[in-house]
Order: sequence, then structure tokens, then C-alpha cells
Amino acid sequence: MAYTEEELKKELETKEYEYGFVTDIESDTFPIGLNEKIVRAISRRKEEPEWMTDWRLKAFKAWQEMEEPEWANVKYSKPDFQKISYYSAPKGKDKYDSLDEVDPELLKTFEKLGISINEQKKLTGVAVDIVVDSVSVATTFKDTLSKKGIIFCSISEAIKNHPDLVKKYIGSVVPQKDNFYATLNSAVFSDGSFCYIPKGVRCPMELSTYFRINQAGTGQFERTLVIADKDSYVSYLEGCTAPSRDENQLHAAVVELVALDGAEIKYSTVQNWFPGNKNGKGGVFNFVTKRGICHTNSKISWTQVETGSAVTWKYPSCILKGDNSIGEFYSIAVTNNYQQADTGTKMIHIGKNTKSTIISKGISAGKSQNSYRGLVQINSRAENARNFSQCDSLLMGNKCGAHTFPYIEVKNKTAIVEHEASTSKIGEDQIFYCNQRGIDTEKAIALIVNGFSKEVLNKLPMEFAVEAQKLLEISLEGSVG
Amino acid sequence: MLTIDNLHVSVEGKPILNGINLDVRAGEVHAIMGPNGSGKSTLSSVIAGNEAYEVTKGDIIYKNENIIELAAEERANKGIFMSFQYPVEIPGITVTNFIKTAINSNLRARNEKEMPANKMLKKIREKAELLEIDSRFLSRSLNEGFSGGEKKRNEIFQMAMLEPSLSILDETDSGLDIDALKVVANGVNKLKNKNNAVILITHYQRLLDYIVPDYVHVLHEGKIVKSGGKELAHELEEKGYDWIK
Repeated sequence: MAYTEEELKKELETKEYEYGFVTDIESDTFPIGLNEKIVRAISRRKEEPEWMTDWRLKAFKAWQEMEEPEWANVKYSKPDFQKISYYSAPKGKDKYDSLDEVDPELLKTFEKLGISINEQKKLTGVAVDIVVDSVSVATTFKDTLSKKGIIFCSISEAIKNHPDLVKKYIGSVVPQKDNFYATLNSAVFSDGSFCYIPKGVRCPMELSTYFRINQAGTGQFERTLVIADKDSYVSYLEGCTAPSRDENQLHAAVVELVALDGAEIKYSTVQNWFPGNKNGKGGVFNFVTKRGICHTNSKISWTQVETGSAVTWKYPSCILKGDNSIGEFYSIAVTNNYQQADTGTKMIHIGKNTKSTIISKGISAGKSQNSYRGLVQINSRAENARNFSQCDSLLMGNKCGAHTFPYIEVKNKTAIVEHEASTSKIGEDQIFYCNQRGIDTEKAIALIVNGFSKEVLNKLPMEFAVEAQKLLEISLEGSVG
Repeated sequence: MLTIDNLHVSVEGKPILNGINLDVRAGEVHAIMGPNGSGKSTLSSVIAGNEAYEVTKGDIIYKNENIIELAAEERANKGIFMSFQYPVEIPGITVTNFIKTAINSNLRARNEKEMPANKMLKKIREKAELLEIDSRFLSRSLNEGFSGGEKKRNEIFQMAMLEPSLSILDETDSGLDIDALKVVANGVNKLKNKNNAVILITHYQRLLDYIVPDYVHVLHEGKIVKSGGKELAHELEEKGYDWIK
């Protein structure tokens, strides 16, 4: 009997988010609500020095005066910030010295997620820092890295052990008062990763952080700080999942990258937070501020594959401060069912001969809305700045939307700015063509989407590219018709 | 190999084919000719399993199995191939990647192992040579920016790779200059053997000078109104389609 698209759809409607399980571990969770006391309590729990506590309190004061932004092309009922718990940690020791001390339930979780820490240790050469709810629970490969002088640890540890570096750079790229969510993060951030690559060092392996929200009713506010000292290189990967829950969970992260003279940072994200169910119930609100600063002759490259979250609000950006610096942004954003994404980048050209490239691929299916929002700003002293932007949208079915909001501000006559955009639809004729060659509809969609996203997929590190391709397939199954 | 029995087909309630009967045996080449709008392309799409067409009556028996309920990919898995009149573009997917995916999908559907990469490459080179295809062509995106001739050559290349039992060539000659037509026809002739069959759908007799059919059928208003040998094509060319109306 013929396997029709209708049947495929039905099958997929019952197919659930693969990572939606909850781990039954005891957690130490703060009462809900946010006030000065909570901010102090977080800081105390993390045994932070006074300067850090003060820094948080300053942010909290500023945040109280701020309003949640409304300019993004997304609709959602605003989270009640007094109904969220701002700290949750798997119970047990705050930090494990070896994996043997980790709660076996937690280890099982990592296995389900496809992160076998032991295996990773031996085989793949990827150093992983794992953050569950509010704390970092395991960092692998520390010894190998420290031989090269590379620091890769949780931000909490960095605050304790490398206060000079943290003090100097935290908030230097994303200021405390940058925006509503970044300011909130500055006040309550719980954990995240810290990475420092010394002068002239090429980090010999991919560094990776895996984020997981487990506890119900908590927000995740991680903070990542990557510093690449002069002429160093690092490739950094970030992955995320969350349990399926009916209520919305809040994720407001801040990532700061500092590329000093001649350094290169490659930052890749595969974001797969719970997107909500097929009726749009539940899912993660993903309000993230990511920004990097490029000094002379340096380069920052952002690559993101965004398939999860109910609402995404995210603009990984580059401040091209130094002469001859390069900023890149490669993005695939997939929305299905009732997901909404408003994502893009900002390229701020300050130095001379600065270059930026933006390649954005938006794929909308179901009843979702997918927006690209990007700013290219050429300042008056940025002689010979170059930008190339390409924004392509692919639509499936006729109930979804694709939007493009490019902003271009040029204050120097020598600038060359190019912008290309296209919108296309997966056609029944393309599917039939593939079918006729013996390729089923599901595989045909995957093929077409992969072709569409190819320029960006090619930018991902190998081990992520395969995962990303699979993720695209899963996110879009049954979306044509 | 293929028996079409009293086939009636409608599109959006409008009847297009009104009782087609056709018998194709292994080793044969059949040409189906007819004026525009006679239902030629509909017939090929229906055999291939395009769901845009509604079969209201009749059966299609392929290798002793009624395939009327089978999806297009299942028919393809069983060895039915159609060369499209207007092949679609799939940006970002190379000719090589596409054919690899197609071949392995078919193998998997038949519960066979996927073809190893070295064997695949060897086969691709062989068939490309047969059709005088430049290796650079193979790494271009499928049909994107292809000329009419390149598109058709690519269709026949896929046919060569997939080695179908039954090939339906829908207006393969349209958009081809005489040199390209010769290359394509030559390719089809080389692929022909006693175990497979070809149905040529064409408006003009021209193609039949190069691929000589065993039978010619004339389609008019959704019915085969005349059948005969290859000489029928010449007769049609001389007298025009008005002659059979």
C-alpha cells in the first residue's frame, strides 16, 4: 500500500521531541522570585568574591528600571519573572573531582543525550563542559589542555581561580546594561563556560559545552566568556536540550568573545531546546545575547543551527574594532509548528579594511514565523569596509511566514555593502522528481533542505555537521503538504 | 512487462485519458505520438505514480503486479523510470550526490546493501563517458542553470545509473539540438537490451530516426486511435495529425 504524505504526517504528529525526558535526580532549587536577596544568595552559593557580588547587584538595580523589549517579530506571553526559580543544582557536590562521584542518574542522562563522557575522553578529542540547570557538572580533558596553558572550566571556577581575567573581560563586550535579558543574566547568571587560549597557541581540540535544563520552573542563565589571546586559535561548540514541559522555560544566556590581535575564534552552536508541542504548548524562550569583539587582524566566525525553542531572540554579533578584522555569521534557523524565531546578526565596522560576511538560511514550516534581522553598520573611520549579506528563506506549506529585516547604516563612502535575498518554496514537483527516482518524501525533504543550507553546514566542524543534518531532518519531518 | 487496461484518468474532475489499453513486453520500444493536449504526458505521469492525477477506472499491471495503489517511489524502487520533460532544479545538491542518494534509496527499498563509494564512482565515470558527460558537470547543482540539452542528458545519465526495467522518456527530444539528440539517442540505444523496455513519448517523428520503435501508437483525445509499426510514424509525419482525427 502506498505510504502517503497524510500517513507520514500522522505518524510524525505522534513523534515526540527526542530529548524530552526528565532526569529524576535530587535538586537543590531556590524558591521562586527575584530580589536583591536572591541575587546575593546566588553569589554566596557560588562562593564568589565581593567584587562579583557587587557587579551582580549593579546589574540587578539597572534591570529593575528596564522594560522587556517588544520590537522583535515574535508574540508570546511575557514570562513572570517572579515565578521563576533562579538557581537549581543537581544535589550532591558542587563540583566533581572525577566522574565516579557523579550521580549515576545524571550519567545516564548524558548517555541518552548521546554524550558519553568516558567515550569522549578516549575517542573523539573534544573537550566537554556540561552544564545542567545552573551548574557545571563535568569538564573533560582539563589536563591535556592545561599543558598548553589553555584554561577551560566553568565560569564559577574561573571567578575563583582566574579573577584577573574575568574581572578584565566580563561585561567588556556585552555591558551589564546592554539589554533587558543581558542585564538580567548579569544579575543572576548561575554558571557557564570560561575559556582562555594563551598567546600563539592553537587549541588542539574542539572545546564544547553542553547545556541542559532539567528542573521544572527554573530558568537557565548561563554566561560564557571566551578569550583568545594574540595569534591564538580556538574552535568552540555549544549544544543544548531540555525536557518537554507544558510550561515555558526561560533561557537567557550571554556569550562574550574576545579575539585579541591576530586571534581567531570559531563559535558554533547547535540549539535544540524543547520547541513546544505541535499545538504550541510549552517550549523554551530563548533570549540570548552573543557578541564578539575583534582586535587588529583577528577573526570571529559565528555558525549556528537553530532548530529548537518556542521563541528565539538571538543576534550573534561582531564588533570589528581592529583594522583588517573579519566577522562572519553563518546561520540556519528552522521553525516548525508554532515556533517563532527572530534571529540574525550585527556587524559593526569600526576599523579600516574590516570585512564581514553574513549567510542566513531560514526554513519555515507548519504555522511558524521565521525572521532574519541584521544590522550592517559602517562607521565613519572604517575605510574600505566590505560586507556581503545573503538571506535566503525556504517555505514549506502555506501557513508559515518568512521575514527579512536588513538594516544598513553606512557613514564612509569607501564602503562596499552587498545584500542578496531570496525566498523559495519546496515544490510538489521537486518532491515528485525525487520520488520518481526512488527517494521517499521524508528523505526528499531532507535532501532539498540540506542543499538549501549547504553553505552553512559546510562551515560546521565535522562532528557537528552530521548532528546538524540529522537535526534538520527531524525538525522538518512531515512538514510538506 | 507492462499492461495498461482500460485506463481512465482525470485532473480536477476533468477527464484526460478515456480508456487506454497498452501492452509492452520486455525488449520492446514503444512510441506514443500525438498532438498537443492528447494526453501523452498525463499517461507518463500516471505510470510513474504522480498523485496529481486521479485514476478513475482501469489498471496498470507491471511485472504481474497491479501498481495502481503504489506510491511513486515504490514504483521507482521496482524499476520504473521516467525521464522528465521539464526536470526540476534542486539547488545545493550535486548531480553525483543526487544519483548516489537515489541508487542507495532503491537498494535499501529492495533490502540490499548500499553501494560502496568506490563502486559508485566507477559506475558514475563509466556512464558519464557513455553519454559524453564532462566530469565537471557531475559536481554542479542538479539542473541548476543547465541548458535544455544538459538537462535531458542528465536525465538519461540517471537512467543509465539506475538501470530501470521500464523507462518512459517524456518528450526527451524537445529542446535538443541535433547533436545532443544523437548523443541522447545513442545512450538510450546502448542501454537497451532484451530484459528492459522503453516507452517514448514524442510529438515529432525526428527522435524515432535515432531510436527505432517496434510499435507506434497514436494518442488522440485520451485514446489510442491507431497502432502500427515504425512506418506509422513516417505516415504521420507526412499527413499530419489531422489525418487520424
